[in-house]
Amino acid sequence: MSGITEDDLHGYADGQLPAERRLEVEAWLAAHPEDEARVRAWQAQNRGLHEAFDSVLNEPLPLGMVRTANVRRRGSRPLWRAAAAVMALAATGLLGYGIGVQSRPVAMEYAALPHDAALAHVVFSPEQRHPVEVDAQHAEHLVGWLSKRLGHELHAPDFQALGFELLGGRLLSGQAGPVAQFMYQDRQARRVTLYVRRDGAGRVDTGFRHVREDGVEVFYWVDRDLGYALSGAIDKAEMGRLADAAYHQISR
Amino acid sequence: MSKQTELIQHIPRLRRYARALAGDAVRADDLVQDTLERALVKLDLWRPGSDLRAWLFTLMHNLFVNQIRASGPAHCELDEAADVPVRGGQSDALAVRDIHAALAQLPSEQRAVILLVGLEQFSYAEAARVLGLPIGTVMSRLSRARERLREIMEGRAVVKLQVVK
Repeated sequence: MSGITEDDLHGYADGQLPAERRLEVEAWLAAHPEDEARVRAWQAQNRGLHEAFDSVLNEPLPLGMVRTANVRRRGSRPLWRAAAAVMALAATGLLGYGIGVQSRPVAMEYAALPHDAALAHVVFSPEQRHPVEVDAQHAEHLVGWLSKRLGHELHAPDFQALGFELLGGRLLSGQAGPVAQFMYQDRQARRVTLYVRRDGAGRVDTGFRHVREDGVEVFYWVDRDLGYALSGAIDKAEMGRLADAAYHQISR
Repeated sequence: MSKQTELIQHIPRLRRYARALAGDAVRADDLVQDTLERALVKLDLWRPGSDLRAWLFTLMHNLFVNQIRASGPAHCELDEAADVPVRGGQSDALAVRDIHAALAQLPSEQRAVILLVGLEQFSYAEAARVLGLPIGTVMSRLSRARERLREIMEGRAVVKLQVVK
């Protein structure tokens, strides 16, 4: 025996062995087909788990959950009370999809737009395996699908002239209902996201606004029924140019 | 990056683990929500620079264990559950359904180990810390979980395992 233990077999299956030990296990497996069959079966289990559950990473993220995580803890009571309300909503299991939004003043909705957009940006833009739910190769389907879910015709702006390609998009659930997120990436793999939701129907359009949320530059505006927020952790001037392009293409 | 922002980045993975562990989406998201609330209260205890992900999974694990205890003996029966033959491998969709069913038949402590290692790709040492167990216990549970899962997925009766020395 070359001192190969059961633990080594697991370490091999999980890719947790140093290179040298891995070679020793490989040699052992070549000579012990029964062990090899077990190790292959364990690796198949790992793959099966990913196939079965990786899709959860893509599901609409309850933004209430995100808010819970993001409560600012400076001891200010109103914020804690707001957080408690969100938690209470979460407990009903009915997070998102319009619950409780009617009682929320429109101005507050509007204030939450860049904040929520920045949160959604922070959650999904670092994602390597599943940055988007539907990729840009199915752009038409993507835009159609998100339009249908929001109940409003959407457009994904084209940022190619500014060096950003559409990666795809996903559907999120916000407190005020479904939210669309389009993600773009440039050649240096920097990402910006455009967050779109129905917002304050019937309100007068607003001009551009800018806010910096925890290192994320957010430009946001309301155009007819929709609120838009473009988020990215890149230079403010560059973000401004992208937002300007989006604004002009969308309002065209 | 603020602590809260870091917290948020872990939500999708917490949800994935919870879904596989708890077996249904509502219970799983409740577990994530509870974990986040607990984390928020205790965030000052977490040292920046240490592994936030492992810390969050530890909180979640403790909440899960408490729930199991509170819900009583129903879960213990899982340990004794007879092997229900579930056929695997005919198609991907079927295989995915099978793995859900098979996981549900594992005792919860075995399920936790196999998910932390196989799905969440924690190292054995990290998994041991999350579960508050010696690494040797983690390895023996992992071994039992994998063989049990294999038996269930292949729909065969329990056989005595060969142990490599």
